[in-house]
Order: sequence, then C-alpha cells, then structure tokens
Amino acid sequence: MAVINEYLRFMMDRSDQILALTGEHIYLTFIAVVIAIAIGVPLGILITRVKKLSGFVIGLANAVQAMPSLAMLGFLIPFLGIGSKPSIVMIFLYSLLPIIKNTYIGLTNVDKSMIESGKGMGMTDGQLMRMVQFPLALPVIMAGVRISAVTAVGLTTLAALIGAGGLGQMIYRGISMVNNKMIISGAIPAMILALLVDFILGITEKAVTPKGLKK
Amino acid sequence: MIRFENVVKKFGDTEVIKGINLEIGDNELVVLIGPSGCGKTTSLKMINRLIEPTSGTIYINDQDILKSNPIDLRRNMGYVIQQIGLFPHMTVGENIELLPLLKNWPKEKRRKRAEELLDLVGMSPNEYMDRYPSELSGGQQQRIGVARALATNPEIILMDEPFSALDPITRTQLQDELFNLQQELKKTIVFVTHDMDEALKLGDRICIMRDGQVLQFDTPEVLLRHPSHGFVEEFIGKKRMWQQPEYVKVEDIMIQNPIKAMPARTLTQAMEIMSASGVDSLLIVDDKNKLIGIATAGDIRQNWDKAKKLDEIYKREVLGVRPEDSIVEVLKMMAQNNIGYVPVTDAKGTLKGLITRSSLVKVLGEKYVG
Repeated sequence: MAVINEYLRFMMDRSDQILALTGEHIYLTFIAVVIAIAIGVPLGILITRVKKLSGFVIGLANAVQAMPSLAMLGFLIPFLGIGSKPSIVMIFLYSLLPIIKNTYIGLTNVDKSMIESGKGMGMTDGQLMRMVQFPLALPVIMAGVRISAVTAVGLTTLAALIGAGGLGQMIYRGISMVNNKMIISGAIPAMILALLVDFILGITEKAVTPKGLKK
Repeated sequence: MIRFENVVKKFGDTEVIKGINLEIGDNELVVLIGPSGCGKTTSLKMINRLIEPTSGTIYINDQDILKSNPIDLRRNMGYVIQQIGLFPHMTVGENIELLPLLKNWPKEKRRKRAEELLDLVGMSPNEYMDRYPSELSGGQQQRIGVARALATNPEIILMDEPFSALDPITRTQLQDELFNLQQELKKTIVFVTHDMDEALKLGDRICIMRDGQVLQFDTPEVLLRHPSHGFVEEFIGKKRMWQQPEYVKVEDIMIQNPIKAMPARTLTQAMEIMSASGVDSLLIVDDKNKLIGIATAGDIRQNWDKAKKLDEIYKREVLGVRPEDSIVEVLKMMAQNNIGYVPVTDAKGTLKGLITRSSLVKVLGEKYVG
C-alpha cells in the first residue's frame, strides 16, 4: 500500500508534465491516424476497383508492417530529420495496413446479391459504392481504424527517441535514470490512453453499424 | 416486345448460349425453364445487360439494347432476384423508394408510391414502412422485392427464381399473388425458374431450354399435349398432364369406336348388336356418321311391343361434347344431368367417340394407378 501511495505521489507531483506529454502523445497519434484514414480508405476502395493493384498494395503495406519500428525510424531520419515529422510518418505507415486491409475486405465481402440487386436496378458504380457497399462495409472499416489507433498509441512512445515528445519521453528518461517511478509515470498513462481509444472507437464502431444490421 | 436474334454467349471457350431466337410479346408472362446450366439465367441477365451477349442482338421495342445506356435500360425495368437483394441497412420504405430517388422523384411522390405499392402487395404501410428487412419473414421480404421492382411502374420485369428460396406454402402464396397482380397490371414479365409446377401455374408461355438452346417455346397447354422433343416430355414429366385435369381433353379419354346403329335397324337387331358388344346403349347416326340420337336397352325393352324400328323410339335430344373440351367439363355435365354416357362429336355433328362412366374409370385408373 505504501509503495502504491509513493508512486501516486510521484505522479501527482509531476501531473503538469504528464498532462503535457499526454497532450503531445494524443496529438502525434491523432494526426498520424487521421492521415492514415484519409489515405488508407480511398486506397482500399481503389484496389477493389482495380483488382490488379490489390496484391501489390496489400503486399507493400504488409512489408512496411514487417519492418522493425526502430529500424523504420532510423531509416526516416536521413530524409526527414528528427522531431515530430518523421514520427508522424512512422506511425502513419504502421497504421495504414489494418485500414487498407479492412476497407478491402469489408467492401469485397459485401453480399454479392446486394451488388447484383443494385446494379440490376440501374445504380451507377458510384451510387452503388456510396449507398450500398460503403455503408455495409463501414463496421469492418471502423474495426480496422480501431486496431490502427490502438497500435498507434503504443507506437507513439517510440517518437520520444527522436525528440518528438509524448509519454515515451518519460519512459526513456526513467530507463536511463534507472527510476522505476518515472517509467511507470509514463507507461500507465500510455496504457490508459490506449484502452480509452479502444473503448471510444468500439462505441463508434457500433454507432456506424447500420441499424438494420444490428442484432 | 423483347426479341432475341441469334444470341450467342461464350464464357471463355464454353458456349453457354448457342444462338437463340426468342420473341416475348407485350403484357406476356414468359417463363424460362430448364435444368441448371441450360442458360436460362444468362438469357435473363442479357435483357438488362448484366451479361452482354458475345454475338447476336437483343431488341426491346425494336431498339437494339446494346446501343442504349445500360443504366437507363435497367432503371426502366424491374429486377427481382432469388436472394431477394433488399438492402439491409435501408428500411422497407427506403428500399422501395430507392429507384424513384435515383430518378429524382420529389419526396412526397416517392412516399406516396411506396404506400401504394405496400398496399398492392398486401402489407400495411403503417406497420411496415419503417421496418428493416431483417425484421421480416422471407415471404414478406420477397413481397417487398416485388414492390421495389414495380416502384417506377416499368413495362418489363425480370424475375430470377424469385420464389425458390421460400418454403412451399409461402411460395404457393406468392405465386398466386403474382398471378393476380399480373392480371391487374399486365406487365411484360420474364420469369426464370427450375420448377415446372411454377412454370405451368404462372406462364402464358413457357420456354424450355437445354444446353444453351431453346427446345420448345409454347403455351403450357401445347407443351403438355404436344411436347416437340423427348427431353421436353421427360422434363415436364410424363404423368404431368394427368395432374392438371383442365389440360386433359375429351379426345384423350374417349372410346374411339363407339357402338352405333342407323335408325333403320329393327329393335331385334339393335338388341343383338348391344349384347354382342356388351353395351347397354346405342348411338344413332345417319348415313354420314352424324350423331342424331341415342337408344338405350331400357328404351328398347319398354317399346318392344309397340315399335319395330329404332327410328320410332330413339331419343333425339342428346347432350354431347367436343373432342377438345376438357375432362373437367365432361365430369361436371355428367354429374349435373345424372347421365352415364356422353357422346363426342365434332363441330359438324359427326360422331367421334363416346365417354361413359366405365371408360372414364378405366382410363383414369390406368393413368393414376398404373
């Protein structure tokens, strides 16, 4: 009990700093994931239309995902320097795969009879996408966004290594100073943040599920 | 009018439609039927260009559809599919109003049309308009599917096995409803099925297909009575005709050579003819084999002492039927007039045959039991 109180007091004393770092953390994650959505979803739609591209795009996203994140950072520094820019690019690249993949899977798994029915009624490809395929695939796409965002919160801790700030800064400082309290002060808010993002996006996922599909 | 001219469809190297020619008239319900892989669905989907022919031409009202815009073409046709294809994320109302919406109808007109259509398919607009497809039974869903196809009041409706996923009772119900709807709306309907009962029940004409070719395209009656091809007969089912009494004709069951006599025969001769042939009545014909009356053994016995020739005693008024009348009418006539025999004559009154109770029992017994 005494130990916990001690940790809590340590965190309370540094609450301003933790809050500022959390803010930076959220900022980095948010920007990266938003860009990933803005690029990943259209890319996912594109590869359902141009099937030849799908293997290449998903393969490439897979390859990026397979690259160790530390190596990726190292690879980006010569081009983008240090700070938030390479960090955001790194987080963005890692967020891309689940979004592209889920968009692709969500859209291609829409019941064939829906497509046939829509086409047979005289819907254009655009109308079919906008009014039928996309709404029906949205829950799957949102699940991809959720996976990306939660992973991104964890990844953002790496950003501190190249001076982009975030909760990782506290963790690394704790490691170099061999200060467990400091490590915990960075790790616990990062964990809470990840759980919170997961929770909020879980609710969003349910909210975007079309009413007629809910059990 | 829909017309296929030498339409061929190849998927890769396989020819699935081998040059078919078809003409489907206005306000006609035509059923395309055949075993799976016969090309019936492919043919249907070529009408709204979901599938494009490899060669040949399809005309609608003498316009080559390959030269028209497929989107416009489809928007002017109803389309109902087996999997129903209602959009699960839209309410019943939104589903029905979708095509009107694409055609930019104003909101009130769309809603009014949806209400009309729900009424038409026997579902209360108040109750169902805002429900989702998943809340409806299969039969109700397909009623909405039909309503949706009718939304913009198209001339042509394509139906691809619309009822085959439903349970038998619902299926029968929807078939009846479609039949009644068609009596009222008089659309040109092309209906694909693999169920012969359904085809006979609904089709004005039935097109029997196999291996990408049309084997016979005729009214149900002609198909049953004169199948042009061994396969057609087999596919329809040899006993089928006998399950549809209205298609069984007098000529199918009549005795071909009834025992007859001219009026100049004496009563003794008449009795002799009857006993030799084992019958209890004689059809009286003139020298041109024209039916003029009938005499029964009872009549002859009663007048044994008073008369000499049949001419004096035979009954002049005889109820008769034509060879092309249906067996249903004959049975009705026999029951209503309490008679055991009905002579068959052609339009000129020439005797063609006879139906008696025992001949009926014999023939029907053979068909149903044997």
